[in-house]
Amino acid sequence: MKRFAIAGGFVVAVAVLALAPLCLGAYGLGLLIGLAGYVTLATAWALFSGPTGYISLATVAFVGIGAYCVAALSEVLPYPLVLLIAAAIGLAVALIVGLSTLRLSGVYFVIFTFGLAELIRQLVTFYEINVTGTLGRYIFLGITPEQIYWQLLALGVITLLLTWWIGRSRIGLALKVIGDDEVVASHVGIDIARTKLALFAVSAVIMTLVGAIQAPRWTYVEPAIVFNPTVSFLVLIMALLGGAARLWGPLLGAVPLFMLFEWLSANFPNHYSILLGLLFILIVFALPKGVLSFVEDNWMKRRGPRAADRSEARS
Amino acid sequence: MTTLLDISALTRRFGGLVAVNGVSFEVARGEVVGLLGPNGSGKTTVLNMISGSLKPSGGDIRLNGEKLSGLPAHRIARKGVARTFQLVRILPSLSVAENIVAALAFRSAPLWGAEVHAAADDLLVIVGLGGRGNERAENLTYIDQKRMELARALAAAPQLLLLDEWLAGLNPTELRVGIELIASLRDSGITIVLVEHVMEAVRALCGRCIVMTAGSKIADGPTADVLRDPEVIRAYLGASHA
Repeated sequence: MKRFAIAGGFVVAVAVLALAPLCLGAYGLGLLIGLAGYVTLATAWALFSGPTGYISLATVAFVGIGAYCVAALSEVLPYPLVLLIAAAIGLAVALIVGLSTLRLSGVYFVIFTFGLAELIRQLVTFYEINVTGTLGRYIFLGITPEQIYWQLLALGVITLLLTWWIGRSRIGLALKVIGDDEVVASHVGIDIARTKLALFAVSAVIMTLVGAIQAPRWTYVEPAIVFNPTVSFLVLIMALLGGAARLWGPLLGAVPLFMLFEWLSANFPNHYSILLGLLFILIVFALPKGVLSFVEDNWMKRRGPRAADRSEARS
Repeated sequence: MTTLLDISALTRRFGGLVAVNGVSFEVARGEVVGLLGPNGSGKTTVLNMISGSLKPSGGDIRLNGEKLSGLPAHRIARKGVARTFQLVRILPSLSVAENIVAALAFRSAPLWGAEVHAAADDLLVIVGLGGRGNERAENLTYIDQKRMELARALAAAPQLLLLDEWLAGLNPTELRVGIELIASLRDSGITIVLVEHVMEAVRALCGRCIVMTAGSKIADGPTADVLRDPEVIRAYLGASHA
């Protein structure tokens, strides 16, 4: 019964969100596009980083690759083909990066992924200055904000369904085992390198597509904009706030934080970064396992220790 | 009896230190072999090389004639080599049953769906944790974590089971229960290599013992003979006791 209720609620929510642009103004639609983008990014981030505990700051590298593919190719190729090419390039970069870095763990992985995003930004800048001779590019595509929104919504729904499916599959269990203890994982027969690589690649392709789909809305792209590392940090903090190990965690973190960032950047444009940093520190200290875990633990405690045990065993 | 495990001239160097130096031995199918020796003699290094945690610097490890040395740990695990760890390793965020499911789902004949939970419950009954599958693994007591780790090793349906001081740190009652548990595995036909310091357990379980000191094999034979061997006593207790 409970499962049907959740599935029903999900379908209704998606339908309402799909119809929302019809009764919202341009500003409301803009907000929804930002929300859909960040929810999708945070969920895709958590798809890999949640169970494994590998904290990636490469999010914006893939978002930027997607945006740049659209900027560079949309004048010569049809749009759906551009999306496919963007996804393929995102996949290729993820595989190359994954093969060379997933052996790293802990803070080394974090630093590497951060460096990767910067490296790709510098490479694109170098190429644009020395080969094409222009740093920025304009994107003129006849794609309406509504179409961008619906594409993002569809991608977001697919990402959530994929996360749900993976969470119940063998590969989801493999990721959890890897996150708990890689030595045990390899000794029960899990191919650690392949599992991590596969999930990293899936997550990267989704991020690339988010960048590609949103690009037409930006009209003008240049490396400093589309490879802005703040995006990686925002996605990370959103997923952590909600709880990266839960299906709905990233969504619950992304929605309030996105609204807060919008408000902060509109009202405190000069102190935005400071406030963001403080908030980041606060979240990591106060809610290391995310809001969902926090609420669940405390809610269960009030209902008695036995209930808490059962919920922990299930999670 | 047919040979299951065949180790020849196995060597492992850590920089200038030779932790295992040209060790050779065979283990027949169904045999329980004790691997003894003082701390630092290279026993665990041998187990780590068999299970693939460490790559040998030289020599050969074969299971049923098939070469294991050089393969990654997960490939060796899928060939039917399971192990427990000197310091018990659990998957703390998973339930007890899920700890077992993790091994059932990735062995060479993987289980998934409804049957995997039934199989996990059966294994938990075997190690004495029946009905406790829903508890969180990190909440178990030390002995129960060890039981769970053993169940996880058994879940791989191993041809060869490697136990690294599985009985260490147990109180006398737990020790008796633990010895009985391993004896029942032996009687069911599993081939076991165990590293152990608890002599009571070695005498009760192992038909044969191999003794190492400083990386080399110094004795190999029936347990009673090996434990009487003056060289073995000297290695363990010092020359004055021999």
